[in-house]
Amino acid sequence: MKKLIGVLILALLVLSGFTACSSKPKTIKIGLNLELTGEISVYGVPEKLAAEMAVAEINKAGGIDGKTVELIIYDNAYNSAKAVENSQKLIQQGVVAILGSATSAPTLAIGPVALDSKVLTITPSGTNAKVTMNGTAVNPFVFRACFIDPFQGLVLANFASDNLDAKKAVVMGSNSSDYAKDLASIFTDQFEANGGEVLGSVFYYADTDADFSAQLTAIAALGEFDVLFVADYAARAGLIINQARATAGLETVAILGPDGFESPDLNDLAGGAAKVNNVFFSTHFSTIVDNAKVKKFIADYTTSAGEAPSALSALAYDAMYMLFAAIDKAGTNPVKVRDALKATVGFDGVTGTISFDDLNNPIKSAIVVELTNGVQTNAVIVNP
Amino acid sequence: MTQFLQQVINGLSIGSVYALIALGYTMVYGIIKLINFAHGDIFMFGAYIGMIAITSFKLPFFVALVVAMAVTAVFGVIIERVAYKPLRKSSKTAALITAIGVSFLIQNGTQLVMGANIYAFPQVIPNQYFDVFGLRINLLQLIIFFTSIVLMFILQFIVKKTRLGRAMRSVAVDKDASVLMGVNVDNTITITFAIGSALAAAAGIMVGLYYIKIYPYMGFAPGLKAFVAAVFGGIGIIPGAMIGGFAIGLIETMVAGYGSTLYKDAVVYSILILILLIKPSGLLGKNTKEKV
Repeated sequence: MKKLIGVLILALLVLSGFTACSSKPKTIKIGLNLELTGEISVYGVPEKLAAEMAVAEINKAGGIDGKTVELIIYDNAYNSAKAVENSQKLIQQGVVAILGSATSAPTLAIGPVALDSKVLTITPSGTNAKVTMNGTAVNPFVFRACFIDPFQGLVLANFASDNLDAKKAVVMGSNSSDYAKDLASIFTDQFEANGGEVLGSVFYYADTDADFSAQLTAIAALGEFDVLFVADYAARAGLIINQARATAGLETVAILGPDGFESPDLNDLAGGAAKVNNVFFSTHFSTIVDNAKVKKFIADYTTSAGEAPSALSALAYDAMYMLFAAIDKAGTNPVKVRDALKATVGFDGVTGTISFDDLNNPIKSAIVVELTNGVQTNAVIVNP
Repeated sequence: MTQFLQQVINGLSIGSVYALIALGYTMVYGIIKLINFAHGDIFMFGAYIGMIAITSFKLPFFVALVVAMAVTAVFGVIIERVAYKPLRKSSKTAALITAIGVSFLIQNGTQLVMGANIYAFPQVIPNQYFDVFGLRINLLQLIIFFTSIVLMFILQFIVKKTRLGRAMRSVAVDKDASVLMGVNVDNTITITFAIGSALAAAAGIMVGLYYIKIYPYMGFAPGLKAFVAAVFGGIGIIPGAMIGGFAIGLIETMVAGYGSTLYKDAVVYSILILILLIKPSGLLGKNTKEKV
């Protein structure tokens, strides 16, 4: 009896496999596996809205290769187990690729599922370096649309050298996070490679510090320099801006930082928006970039979603269009789609021009935004 | 040389913050021999009350300062009545451990009510600076520095010259004998806590103004440093807290300015160990022989 059941199940599996292969689907299914409820839903929801908008656009334009694109949407509520279950369900339903998750933790959980089932997943905004890795090697079925944190150090060093024409820099950073330490060392290397000079060694401080006056006085005593790079989040960067502006010699020096600066707290912690001048930070997306494609995206998204797009929606939008391009090239076989996505070169998106490196991280331009009186006044695209 | 003098100014300004907190520490210790580990958290509580008074109730700064000092004084008295008074006859260790418990209670209670996120203290006194002989002095640094000195003199006056102060000193020497002499010990201790907590609130608001960032755990590190400062100067001695605070601030700043910020805490705590080994009564303390 048991044997019979076994044979039946086997037959069923073979048959179902057969039908999946032989039937010609009229639609192309793409899965969404995002944080749509819970406190992390602020990440997932804009990405879902952007993905829906991208799908509506492509279908209106006649679909891909004559087939309409269908989204299957699952909420993982920032729960890793739920995210794994969602990916499995999506793959059973025959999706060509999955977009998700918005944050790193659920994406790390679904990486092995993508690898086992050979259906790629692309995270629009998971910045943890391990997301695209399978142990020490790359996970060939996980991609991301955003740059990873240390990459910003490179872009900012180029911005300092090329756009600010800086020759001498000083680097500060928290010693309590890899985010800060990686950024500080990559900025230093790239700035020196550009022919600049980094004065002293990296000025590290602890996350719990609130008084930076001793360090800033020592920094000012190093002599004139062009750029102060602060590798940290707004919680400390704001205080450093405030105290630097009250330190003799540092009243007007350009202060540069990573996307950690992008927080409503920055101005308050700096002692008021009026103190935040000549401050620059890198980010994935800015609504004030002067670019026709970006402007159209902002207008369309604002109409369809009822709010201005954030970096999250822009990254999800780019991720969807990269998938469309890969499907257009490779058809609906998930492995071929993966190969086509990997071969993406110079994809022109709203967050920059994108290609993938060996570790499936995008090589793309970043936006550097200038703050004047605490308000974004200028944004430039900087290539790596 | 300019850099060195500038670092001295930086050191004195952070030292005045430690001195302000240490004054409250040392006074409570001086009277009832309790190391009130919750003192740093009372300081944090005062900063929050000050912020709420300014942002939610739109009070002018000096009114907010007085209100915060008053509310925090009441808070300190409640803590004393609820947590420390029942233990007055117990061992000192029991009271010390209770103080640590109270510290956690205040930290986590604040986090529960206000959330774990950081707040920016409203900048009601715009920070201006003056350049004197090439040295940069901040208005807020000056305010903190002079506040701590003035408060030290006021405290010293209260303890040495008033009836209340005499009661405090008598309670410090011998509680039972004080009762026999007609001193209301409970009231004296209550007032001690009220004054200590009000001072902590003043320090909290100064720190809020100067450093801007306030959060539930902001009292922990300055509280410990102030404790080191109090021990350094001689715990229980009011001018000692002042000197200890300035000394710790200067040492910390010199280590951060000429060495690395990452070593400054290690140096400060090493000093605590050294003092306890070499001169446990502190800089201004007299070595008293223990009577057996």
